[in-house]
Amino acid sequence: MIEMTINDRKVRVPENATVLQATRQIGIKIPTLCHLQLDCFEVEHRMGSCRVCVVEVEGRPNLAPACCTPVIDGMVVRTNTMRAINARRTMLDLLLSDHPKDCLTCEKNGDCNLQQLAGELGLHSILYSGEMSTYPLDLANESIVRDLNKCIMCRRCETACNTVQTVGILSGVRRGFEAVVAPSGERPLADTKCVFCGQCVAACPVGALTTMNHTYEVWRALNDPEKTVVVQTAPAVRIAIGEEFGLEPGTIATGKLVAALRHLGFDQVFDTDFAADLTIMEETTELIERIKNNQNLPILTSCCPGWVKFFEHQFPDLINIPSTAKSPQQMFGAVAKSYYAEKVGVAPENLVVVSVMPCLAKKYEASREEFARDGVRDVDIVISTRGLASMCKEAGIVFEQLEDEEFDSPLGASSGAGVIFGASGGVLEAALRTAADWLSGEDLAEVDFADVRGMKGIREATVEVAGRQLKVAISSGLGNARQLLERIQRGEAEYHAIEIMACPGGCLNGGGQPYINGDTGILEKRRKAIYREDANKPVRKSHLNPDIQKLYAEYLDKPGSPRAHELLHTKYSPRDNF
Amino acid sequence: MKIENAKQLKSHALELGMRQAKGPRTRILVSMGTCGIAANTHPVLTALREEIGKRDLQDVFEVVETGCMGLCHSEPSIEVVDRVEGTTTLYGNVTAGQAAAIVEAGAYEAAGVEILDRTWYCPEGEENQAGARQARVVLRNSGRIDPENLEACLIAGGYQGLARALTEMKPAQVIEEIAESGLRGRGGGGFPTGLKWGFAAAQSSTEKYVICNADEGDPGAFMDRAVLEGDPHCVLEAMAIAGYAVGAQSGVIYIRAEYPLAIRRLRMAIEQARASGFLGADILGTGFGFDIQIKYGAGAFVCGEETALIHSIEGTRGEPTFKPPFPAVSGLWKKPTVVNNVETFANVPAILRKGAGWFKTIGTPECPGTKVFALAGKVKKVGLVEVPMGTTLREIIFGVGGGIREDRQFKAVQTGGPSGGCLKDDNLDTPITYESLRALGSMMGSGGMIVMDVDDCMVNVAKFFLDFTLDESCGKCTPCRIGNKRLHEMLEQVCAGRGSHETLAKLKNLSHTIRDTALCGLGQTSPNPVLSTMIQFEDEYVEHIEQGKCRAGVCRHLISYAINDDCVGCTLCARNCPVDCISGERRQKHHIDQDKCIKCGVCHDLCKFHAIDKN
Amino acid sequence: MKKSGACLKGPIGSDNLINQQPEKRKALAEFIGGLPIGDDRERNRGYLIECLHKAQELFGYLPESVQLFVADHLRLHLSEVYGVISFYSYFTTVPTGKYRINVCMGTACFVRGADRILEELKRHLGIDEGETSENGKFSIGGLRCVGACSLAPVVMVNDKVYGNVAPGKVLDIINDCE
Ligand SMILES: Cc1cc2nc3c(=O)[nH]c(=O)nc-3n(C[C@H](O)[C@H](O)[C@H](O)COP(=O)(O)O)c2cc1C
Ligand code: SF4
Ligand code: SF4
Ligand code: SF4
Ligand code: SF4
Ligand code: SF4
Ligand code: SF4
Ligand code: SF4
Ligand code: SF4
Ligand code: FES
Ligand code: FES
Ligand code: FES
Repeated sequence: MIEMTINDRKVRVPENATVLQATRQIGIKIPTLCHLQLDCFEVEHRMGSCRVCVVEVEGRPNLAPACCTPVIDGMVVRTNTMRAINARRTMLDLLLSDHPKDCLTCEKNGDCNLQQLAGELGLHSILYSGEMSTYPLDLANESIVRDLNKCIMCRRCETACNTVQTVGILSGVRRGFEAVVAPSGERPLADTKCVFCGQCVAACPVGALTTMNHTYEVWRALNDPEKTVVVQTAPAVRIAIGEEFGLEPGTIATGKLVAALRHLGFDQVFDTDFAADLTIMEETTELIERIKNNQNLPILTSCCPGWVKFFEHQFPDLINIPSTAKSPQQMFGAVAKSYYAEKVGVAPENLVVVSVMPCLAKKYEASREEFARDGVRDVDIVISTRGLASMCKEAGIVFEQLEDEEFDSPLGASSGAGVIFGASGGVLEAALRTAADWLSGEDLAEVDFADVRGMKGIREATVEVAGRQLKVAISSGLGNARQLLERIQRGEAEYHAIEIMACPGGCLNGGGQPYINGDTGILEKRRKAIYREDANKPVRKSHLNPDIQKLYAEYLDKPGSPRAHELLHTKYSPRDNF
Repeated sequence: MKIENAKQLKSHALELGMRQAKGPRTRILVSMGTCGIAANTHPVLTALREEIGKRDLQDVFEVVETGCMGLCHSEPSIEVVDRVEGTTTLYGNVTAGQAAAIVEAGAYEAAGVEILDRTWYCPEGEENQAGARQARVVLRNSGRIDPENLEACLIAGGYQGLARALTEMKPAQVIEEIAESGLRGRGGGGFPTGLKWGFAAAQSSTEKYVICNADEGDPGAFMDRAVLEGDPHCVLEAMAIAGYAVGAQSGVIYIRAEYPLAIRRLRMAIEQARASGFLGADILGTGFGFDIQIKYGAGAFVCGEETALIHSIEGTRGEPTFKPPFPAVSGLWKKPTVVNNVETFANVPAILRKGAGWFKTIGTPECPGTKVFALAGKVKKVGLVEVPMGTTLREIIFGVGGGIREDRQFKAVQTGGPSGGCLKDDNLDTPITYESLRALGSMMGSGGMIVMDVDDCMVNVAKFFLDFTLDESCGKCTPCRIGNKRLHEMLEQVCAGRGSHETLAKLKNLSHTIRDTALCGLGQTSPNPVLSTMIQFEDEYVEHIEQGKCRAGVCRHLISYAINDDCVGCTLCARNCPVDCISGERRQKHHIDQDKCIKCGVCHDLCKFHAIDKN
Repeated sequence: MKKSGACLKGPIGSDNLINQQPEKRKALAEFIGGLPIGDDRERNRGYLIECLHKAQELFGYLPESVQLFVADHLRLHLSEVYGVISFYSYFTTVPTGKYRINVCMGTACFVRGADRILEELKRHLGIDEGETSENGKFSIGGLRCVGACSLAPVVMVNDKVYGNVAPGKVLDIINDCE
């Protein structure tokens, strides 16, 4: 610990702290824009580029950026002098002088760090003006909108894409006033190996990277008398959407979510968790088969479309080892447009399947060519958690006051195993629950595999399942996935099963979730909520979900059957690695 | 030939010297730097060789291609030295046709060939000569020896500093010697070199680097190029000394790609040094190993900034990063790294050879040694000047530089390039040091010195430098990326007569904030040209905005051309106006259509009758 | 000095220049093959700039197919390569003219009227800085001090230096390019 003085107060802080961290200890909030610290993933983006965090340090001729100035014993810092505050205001002023002032119609309105800062710093007029950057919008994909006119060059997206995800498609390009962040050739994302994980969107403090909005399509479908509109909601949505309405992070809002969806006018409100259970049936069957034959191991999970696109581009030689099971979203769509459509007598083309997902890659996934039958898409429209929240607000739904309601049947019932898909490690744990029962032929009482849970980027465990030692690994965040895969390629590690999720922490931290603004404590609360929801469920194993059993009995025969293969499995194709 | 140890180096150098003494009596040194070559030195060289060949005088004359003599204003320039008599003659603006006369005269003065003043050109050893304004430490060999010939370098004492360091001193003593000499970084900042080496030496890492910053991006500065072209071995020697002092085994020279000749000579020198055992494993039999590689810049001024330079070597965009950590702690590949400028390094072997005490006799107590300046602009004798620190600007501009071209009125001198500022005549008697220039709102910078006369508009000069920073900013941080753009736009407004007092106030405020907040030295100093001109030449700014007047007649929006009654109707202007806006009959007074005139000034320059007024 | 920010369309590397010139491709491959490229991406990146210099020396410019070739051989992401190319003014992604006319915009040349020379050039050739004339013959650029300040203002055409250029001499320089 060292001692320093901040605003005439003596403070003791750890030696490796920055001035920013030190000031937080005494209740001073220095504004930041480019800085991003994600404690639970040990990521710190310390670019020092926006200069809105400057403070005065005694003995230094220039102002110092608090976010990247290390503390020194005896340092004397003043955070609120006229000089520092004016400089911050000027930084903001300059940023705004090259920024479209579109707040009222901006996707980021209300969630924007720049907008918020302008308010907090009392910027009452913009002094400087002049030439503004002009870039065409990138609207060429289903997931992400890039409006570089709003980019403030914080470079947080670069850290997300290149350092955390190691997808590596973003780079600063050009220099000086013309500098901006873009893929090579300044091409649209659609032409690159972007996996649409949306981590860059989650990192962007302003409206330069936002979600492709599909809520209008949903409204249109809901108001089309010809259409039957059903909705599925992913596991991670229910534990995060409350945040958009001021509920405490970690609030389980499943019942209110269902009620809100009914208010919006969906004909049936279903649950992706049901399809998650279905995924487990298929994937576990595959797993057991491969273990029994000791062949093609490890099996890799395949329910994350970001991860799928990642290995298609960057690890084409590993293309045969992921499970062929579709993701829950796509299984749901396939089942809805076949089994369910037949059951209720609606022509598939008149059935609209809407997904509410924590994820931006799911938007892209739903549009993948192979996920359609006879020209009818399995999933028609995908909206994000944030998208649903904004629909609720448009409709005047006072979410926090809604009475809890239940999902519809038959695609609404799920087990606890389906719920934990929303957290990193959940898919694997769900599979282990089923595998243990199937391998032992019993209904085992022990369902918690606590070793596979957690936020750490790469986790390994050896679990005993029906007398066998299964070696498993879990990674979340594609950078961690890369590390794991490279170890496997080099033959340094052997596993039976590996779960990979593109987003650090899993879907609860998906690109479509409410913004956390660097507060990873929120993620921990969401994670706990998921496991609480699981514990509260009467049924906690996928194969014991009665509606799943009925689906197989009535329609699919058994896991791995030809019918199941036709509807529930897919294949992967190598893609260019650039 | 591989030199095995320090003793052998000494005896070998002695032997080479003796062999040379037995060689041709007269040496003709031809200045063959990039600039000399551009000024057509090759034909002179060829003519000299032919002339000597024709007269069969190869035993008497030796023609040596050297690096720059610094006599830019008189290129091609050659020096003829008679070793026996000790006479030397310096010729300037030599033509191929004069070769015969020069060979004829030997080291005596050839009639009809321009003889140059030796007070300008003062090689090492002559520094105390009466009247000599220059003192050559850094450029001691440039223009004296054949830079492509290691033997010439050894005769001149090359690698003896390294030999002394390796055999007689501990690394800590080397650092001590450099610290004691008071040598400060010539790359601009003036940071004490010994201190910097000390930081790097104190790091425990076993992998360390020494980098030579040869990016020289300051437009109008070319002293590093002259050193590298004229005496590449001295930089290699210095880097090896630094490597020994701080415990590094690898060196990197980062050189701008725009310097092909310097690159070629450096590569050659590295090969020679390796072959002779001055680089590589076990140098001079001492067990110390050090090698050097060359990395190229690719056209980015900001890569002269040390963190940006390191990133550029690492193959990324040359964006500076926040310091600390300083390179001495975490530099290339995150290892402790010493970054020094070419000129800084060029001083090191001399200090080790002659001692810190000798070095301190030159210059001022706070700034010992010399500084090389690239003197250019509206000065009579443009060239490379090396003077002791503490020399006054007046001495340089009017003494060495011979005053202003066409004897016009001096207006300002710009030092420090884009980071520096403009100084007025009342600053001319200030002795130059890092501190004195900074106190005047300018900078030492790398040593560019541009002289301006009354025809230069100071607002426009400020705009020019901002143009440069705008172009060269890496774009990383807000104040520099957007702030400089706004400054530039405001200056454009002033130049176009659209400014107001509010514009000036904003210019000043924003300049201060940029200086206060920018991430790296580029942004922190980019407002200097604006602030210094605003302070020193405030009246010019006010004239632009209040009267719409540019007294230098430079700002296009504020000038107009009109034809007066002296016009004889020769039609020359009309025939050359690029936009055909001059009309008039032959032998009649002509007329300019003001709406179409683009104010290119061609007519004004061409009219032989001074019939076109610029208002 | 100005860089055009071309928003590329069509499949990546579709210019295919790299395959149209097999000898140059081979020369580039050999150059890269001679470098100690390994598994450490960080250290590989240290060779990027010299590879790009080599590639530009061979092909004259750096279209996407060439960038891709370099990226693949150094095991880097294409975006990193593009980010670097677009940063350094030495590199160009578009072909330059047969005659590269560069006006020195260093300080010494500036105070002696380089901007007027540039204006004249632009006007005569009808192209802007950083552009190439339609017939592919000329391109105009600026550069910062060639170290021949005594000859200011200086214009370079490919490697030839013209000193003491007056606005009226610009046309002569253009006519000289044959
Ligand atoms: C924008 C900028 C450009 C610079 N350009 C150069 C340069 O061209 N050559 C140089 O030696 N130092 C340059 N420097 C200074 C270097 O960052 C560094 O301080 C210097 O190389 C250290 O060497 P020295 O201590 O020997 O001066 C530049 C600094 C800045 C901020
Ligand atoms: S990005 Fe932020 S500041 Fe910019 S328009 Fe959108 S909400 Fe407003
Ligand atoms: S704050 Fe002002 S500008 Fe914004 S919506 Fe309200 S009235 Fe309009
Ligand atoms: S969506 Fe993911 S892969 Fe695509 S640019 Fe953003 S971070 Fe990179
Ligand atoms: S796109 Fe967003 S995250 Fe990326 S640099 Fe711009 S403002 Fe920052
Ligand atoms: S981890 Fe979840 S939210 Fe993230 S990309 Fe994968 S499926 Fe989408
Ligand atoms: S001051 Fe300018 S050059 Fe330096 S980091 Fe900031 S933008 Fe880049
Ligand atoms: S050049 Fe001079 S004298 Fe001749 S027509 Fe033009 S203005 Fe008259
Ligand atoms: S200044 Fe140029 S454009 Fe104007 S009249 Fe003279 S030659 Fe023509
Ligand atoms: S938050 Fe510190 S510089 Fe941006
Ligand atoms: S003669 Fe070479 S620097 Fe001028
Ligand atoms: S400024 Fe033009 S050659 Fe130096």
